[in-house]
Formats: sequence, structure tokens, C-alpha cells
Amino acid sequence: MSLPMFPPGDGPGPSFTELLHRVGLDPPTPRAQGGNPPMELRHGTTIVALRYGEGVVMAGDRRATEGPTIAHRALDKVFEADRHSGVAIAGAAGPALDMVRLFQTQLEHYEKVEGVTLSLEGKANQLGQMIRQNLPMAMQGLVVVPLFAGYDNRRGVGRIFTYDVTGGRYEEADFHATGSGGRDARTTIKLGYREGIYKATAIELAIDGLYEAADEDSATGGPDVVRGIYPTVATITAQGFQHVEDSEVAERFGNLIEQKKAMGQRP
Amino acid sequence: MSMPFYVAPEQLMKDKADYARKGIARGRSLIGMACEDGIVLAGENPSGTLHKISEIYDRIAFAGVGKFNEYDQLRQAGVRHADIKGYTYSREDVDARSLANSYAQIIGQVFTHDIKPLEVEILVAEVGSAPGHDQLFHISYDGTVVDERNFAVIGGEADAIAERVERDYREGISLADALKAAVRALAGPDRQIDPGELEIAVLARSRPRRAFRRVEAAETAQLLA
Repeated sequence: MSLPMFPPGDGPGPSFTELLHRVGLDPPTPRAQGGNPPMELRHGTTIVALRYGEGVVMAGDRRATEGPTIAHRALDKVFEADRHSGVAIAGAAGPALDMVRLFQTQLEHYEKVEGVTLSLEGKANQLGQMIRQNLPMAMQGLVVVPLFAGYDNRRGVGRIFTYDVTGGRYEEADFHATGSGGRDARTTIKLGYREGIYKATAIELAIDGLYEAADEDSATGGPDVVRGIYPTVATITAQGFQHVEDSEVAERFGNLIEQKKAMGQRP
Repeated sequence: MSMPFYVAPEQLMKDKADYARKGIARGRSLIGMACEDGIVLAGENPSGTLHKISEIYDRIAFAGVGKFNEYDQLRQAGVRHADIKGYTYSREDVDARSLANSYAQIIGQVFTHDIKPLEVEILVAEVGSAPGHDQLFHISYDGTVVDERNFAVIGGEADAIAERVERDYREGISLADALKAAVRALAGPDRQIDPGELEIAVLARSRPRRAFRRVEAAETAQLLA
């Protein structure tokens, strides 16, 4: 592979997507024809994000479905976008995973070429543009709706951004959940949410949201004690993006069930 | 129609080489050194924002001396090359050797075909999984690539500095000792360099993915103490 050199003033700048376009490697986008895709697609489902005192918690269930069948039991839907931000995916799994990889490269590429990281706002807008570019695919049913969250180093707070299929970007005040079980997760989190909660409470609330979503939505996977598969949980603070260990998530699930029982609920 | 004067190819190449060497000699030199904890890169740079040493990819760093705009253009091309390769194939398929060869092609091409050669010398470093597996590629203004062992010096006073490094270097040297040796060699016998005047970066072996990190002035002073 030769070195991509461009004449001064005519380069792709710090944008990796523009660079792919310039070297002729950008993925072809099918023209919008409307209607549904001719085959069953893999879908990823419930993802949540909520703010707490020091930053943001992101979590996602592990199930991918292909129509009525379970296509994958241990799919990760929460990814580190860069050191201080994360992205979680819901929708058509294939294009969504592709978008995550492109987004990660885009952020790192900018950082390396420019020598500084993009602002959180800038990263959120970049993701919005990528979703916008996916619109022709979305018209054919390949919908990708990610959730973006990160720690804003300039303001010293955690922030959450949601999107619609057109790439519209909306900032959420405290929490959000999307995917087919998103509504159930959102309600659960709403009932337990308080401003400035601690990290432990935030993680518990996130997994409670996913648990209730899995209870109502067939496409959302609950905790799988037999295989030891638990939701992906991550925190993003001033110290950066960090995955919460599976063992900790398992323990918190245990506590959650015990609490529900102690309160006289049937879990 | 005017006829150009005949110039012997030997003379032409020699003139270009002299020109490039003179340009490079105007700036300060830079050292890349393999140590126990990874690869340390150190050079004199009074600017805190116009970097000579930068990150290319997960395990690869770039250092350049000479004309800033020329090596910075090469650095950006390197980042582009690496990111495209990592995105198209896989992150582990990006390696310093292929990048160094691409650099050599470009620099060599400019040296032979353009009127003005690039007044740069660059270093491409890749940290390995264990000590002894580090790679240092030194690419000269004419496109010559040298695969250096243990350490490499680029810049005008490279030979004198390399001699001084040779005296202090031993295999399995610690990061602090490597840095001390590098700074001593850069300064020479009758000069002291202020930590604020140094640009230092490390490709740290132990870091999980992106090995590159800059060592700021406060940490530099601590390591040199």
C-alpha cells in the first residue's frame, strides 16, 4: 500500500471518512428504494445510559435476534469510542458494528492528525453525520440508532446524546434508553433516578432497567446465570472509559433479585 | 530553444545531498532508544505545541528532524497509511517495517526526481511485546533505510551523539536510565538542557492498546533527578 500524500491545501484534513472517500475505499451506499430488506437481519436491542455524580454509566443487554430466533447470546453493544466517550448500539447489528468501528477510527484519526482530541460536542456531531449518511440504508430497514455518552473534560460533567434515524442529535438531561426494550428500561430508571446518585446506585439502576426490559421484550436478553452471561456495563468519568467486571455485574444482579424478594415482589 | 548545461549525475546527487544535510544540520538532533519498559524518544524542542515526536498507531511512533512542514506532512501521511490499513485489514496488520518502506519510497523519489530534496530525517519506532523485539527504522533524506539496533540518532550531529550514547547504553536499561543517557548524549560534555526544553515521548510496552504517551516537563524532571 502506498503512502497517501496529498498536495498542500487539497488534503482530506483530519477526517477519516473523507480520507476513505479520497482513496476510493468508502463503502458503497445503496440507493433508497423503500420497503423492507428481503432477508431477516440481526438486531441488537436494549441499551441504556444514565448520569451520576462523577460521570455516566452505559449498559446494554447481550442478545442479538434474527427475526424470531436468537442469533447471538453474548454480543457486546457497548463500546469505548475513545478515552472519554462510549457508544452503544441498537438496530441492525451489521451496519451498527461497522459504524462503531468507523466512528472509533474517526475519533482517533482526528486526535492523531490534529494533535488534540475533539470536544465531546464535536464527537456527538460526528456520530450524527454518520447516522445521517446511513439514511438510504435506514430507508431499507437497516436502521442504526446508537446512544452516545461521554465525559466532557471542558465542562467537567458527563453528558448523554441520543439520535434518530435522520441523524438528528438530542442531548438528554439525565438518562435514556433505546431499542425495542427501551421504553421499559426508561420507565424503570425514571422511577429510581435521583440527581447526583453514586456510581453503585447508577449501575444498579442500569441493570434493573435492562432486567425489566428483558422481562417484557423478547428481543432483549436477561441475565444468563447458567452460561454466566451478563449485560455489558461501563462507566465514563474524568479517569476515562472503564468496563465494569462481569463478576461485579453478577453480584449486583444477585443483590437486585434479593432486594426485590425482600420487598415482597416476585422477581 | 535553450539547452540546459550538462551536469554529471554524481555532481547532481552530491549537491542535493549537501543541500539536504545542511538543512537538517540547522536543527537539533533526536534519539530513539529501546529500554526495558519500551522505547523512549527524546529531542530538544523549545516549542510545546509543534511536535517532533508523534503517535502513528497503537505500537508505532514517528520522530522527525529538519524542516517542520516537510516532516509533518510525512507524519500525517503515516497516520493516514496506518489508519487505512488498520481499518481495511486489522489493527495487528499495521507494522513499522511496511511504513518505513513507504516513507523510503517517497523520500527517495523526491530526492532523485525533484529539484529540491526533502530536508528531513525520520525515525519510525515500533515497540515489541518483549524487550529485544523493538524496531527502530532510520530513514535519511535520500530514502536510505537503516534498521537500527537498540538506539538510533537522527539529525545533524548524529555521529557524535551516537558515540556518546554508545558509552552509556546497555541492554535492559531502565526508562529513567535510558532517558538520562539520552539527555546526556544530546547535551554533550559542556552543556545542560533544561527539562522544559525537551520533548520526550515513550512507547510503553505495558500499555494495553495505544502505547504512545508524552512525558511532560514535571515527569521529565522527576525521571532525570
